[in-house]
Amino acid sequence: MPLFYDARIRAYLYQAIAVGVVLLVAWVMFSTASANLAKQDIATGFGFLARQAGFVITETAITYEPTDTIGRAILVGIANTVKVSLLAALLGTILGLLVGIGRLSHNPVLSRLMLAYVEALRNVPLLLYLLLWYSLIISTFPPVKQAIQMLPGVFLSNSGLVMPALHWESGFATLVTALVVGIIAATFVARILGRRRVVTGTDRPIALIATIALLLPLVAALLLADISVTWDVPELGRFRLSGGYHLRPEFVALLLGLTLSVSANVAEIVRAGIQAVSKGQWEAATALGLSRTRTLKLVILPQALRIIIPPLTNTYLTVFKNSSLAIAIGYPDLVMVSNTIMNQTGQAIESIAIFMGVYLGLSILISLVMNWYNAKVALRER
Amino acid sequence: MTQIDTLIGDASLASHREAPPAPKGRWLTAYFGTPGNALITILCLGTIFAVAKLAIGWLFVDATFVGTPAECKATSGACWPFLSAKMRYIFFGFYPFEEQWRPLTAMLLFFGACIVSMVPKLWGRALLIAWIAVILPLLYVLMAGGFLGLTVVPTTQWGGLPLSFMLSFIGLACALPLGIALALARASSLPAIRILGVSFIEIVRGVPLISILFMATVMLPLFMPSGITIDKLIRAQVAIILFAAAYIAEIVRGGLQAVPKGQVEAGHSLGLHYWQIMHKIVLPQALKKVIPPLVSLFIGFFQDTTLVTIVGLLDFLDTVRTAMRDPQWQGIAVLEGYVFAAVVYFVFSALMGAYSRFLERYFRTTHD
Repeated sequence: MPLFYDARIRAYLYQAIAVGVVLLVAWVMFSTASANLAKQDIATGFGFLARQAGFVITETAITYEPTDTIGRAILVGIANTVKVSLLAALLGTILGLLVGIGRLSHNPVLSRLMLAYVEALRNVPLLLYLLLWYSLIISTFPPVKQAIQMLPGVFLSNSGLVMPALHWESGFATLVTALVVGIIAATFVARILGRRRVVTGTDRPIALIATIALLLPLVAALLLADISVTWDVPELGRFRLSGGYHLRPEFVALLLGLTLSVSANVAEIVRAGIQAVSKGQWEAATALGLSRTRTLKLVILPQALRIIIPPLTNTYLTVFKNSSLAIAIGYPDLVMVSNTIMNQTGQAIESIAIFMGVYLGLSILISLVMNWYNAKVALRER
Repeated sequence: MTQIDTLIGDASLASHREAPPAPKGRWLTAYFGTPGNALITILCLGTIFAVAKLAIGWLFVDATFVGTPAECKATSGACWPFLSAKMRYIFFGFYPFEEQWRPLTAMLLFFGACIVSMVPKLWGRALLIAWIAVILPLLYVLMAGGFLGLTVVPTTQWGGLPLSFMLSFIGLACALPLGIALALARASSLPAIRILGVSFIEIVRGVPLISILFMATVMLPLFMPSGITIDKLIRAQVAIILFAAAYIAEIVRGGLQAVPKGQVEAGHSLGLHYWQIMHKIVLPQALKKVIPPLVSLFIGFFQDTTLVTIVGLLDFLDTVRTAMRDPQWQGIAVLEGYVFAAVVYFVFSALMGAYSRFLERYFRTTHD
């Protein structure tokens, strides 16, 4: 009896029970599952990844043919998910920043209009918006046979936007290298000049010099290297458009829905962050003679950023996870590709384990990157 | 999943939420003070006017209010006969037609009980017991039947708005105690229990709701001994409960962290043990702090129950969609259906949002 009343013994007992229950449940589930699978003659293991996929994926961010392996198909799904989430996060952040600042405007019409925008987006399920955008695109634009030709080679129809695609014969790598070199040079130049301005107090047109540093390698590459491209112009056949770059309605609807939902969330986060900076900061900046724009840029935003980053991380994680709603409108993201594989091979456990693992891994990656950035902008106290 | 993360993010900032700064001086200065301001006003008014013109034209001027699908097709405006013809299906799904008074009564009872429960003064044990002992059993009997001479209606025939409410409400009601337990596990000083809690919370929060729903509908049957099948609705409900619990746990953790350590120490010095301290001292304070973010979470989950559409449950959004696919109305009333569904979701979400702001004010004035 006294042994049971010892707090330490009890602590061990509780932990042993908790771990034991979890292990027991896991073991029972595992054994019934393997028995069930054996009975239904479903293979286990990840061997199916090397098999030929045999199904078509309508939109591929990386090259893919139905003759490729199932593993490759999953990679296509991952690439599609990453592509649409990155684009939505980027566009949504820009739009949300504008809306958030508009919400804080002294102009009552603008601030109320932005409020209405945010409320309309936040109070309706994202899935409903996705379906709405998708069916709007499908029902408002004409069928392919009567595709609208907006510009020579640009066709708009209910199967999406088709435009001329650029094919690189040579020189693509050179151009990318030049761009990267330019960006590094521009950052470097801006940093050195900025530091010199602090030390010496002389003012040089930093932005201009940095832009020159950015463009110089590009111009050099264009002039010196052998760069040739060809255009793949779409043609309107009897039944369908052939060639060109095809922006599908599924992708557009998903991107639009995700971008708008990100923008509403970012707007609220930005507004709350700016409002959290104390009023004294505004007054101090005004006392120093700074204009409203410069106050916002130099004093308020750097401080607001500290408050903004953690919830912003959550928004980016949300948009990444929400891209899985693609399955409702048929954009081939990771979940949809896995679902197809699941139906074809019957290996549900493995398929679900793969896509859950990928989501979990990428979620942790996004958190890590944003936490690193958060630590960088955090207030440095003694 | 839709907005939950952001809602949690916002919750930490909730205390800074204020109305945009009020215009100073007369309204003319506020609207047209500077040339830039005047331009903004004119642009905004222009946008509002253009949108309103489009909307009014579509909603009322060009709309058909009574008529057949063929008449609807002839006009360019909205087609309201679609909604009136399909209203009962949209609200109740495949629930037997002559029994539909039952879900209607159930919903009205549910709303009534909710409205009463929204008054903070009435919160207490009596209300909780009333919900568990009277209201929920009554709702179940009304929906499922089998008692008091009501015919049995299997869950496969449930659908529409009652299903959406049930999934979100029961989901959150059951997730709340589980979430609190998880939060306590995460804050526990016992390493094994803490690790179990953290793993569960992080794994669930790191994956989309869809994947959990898939797991429940596709994978779970494989884990069940043969002969045992669990109703699809219950499987989805369990998935929602587990998912919501992880998010609730994170909110409650915030509340637990906000309770000063001295409170726990005071409890120890009184000779109370862990459960007494938690139950009588820490949790009441922690939960009170997190009520507004919890309500915000509820809004997010109410919207997220739409995802059960994807695993083939006939929730409100899905009844709207199937109504639109009716051969008679196909391709005629697409926008109308979605706009109607959006309005319904908007009204309920906005009401809950207003209630969340009321709670925030209520707790701020009586406390601090």
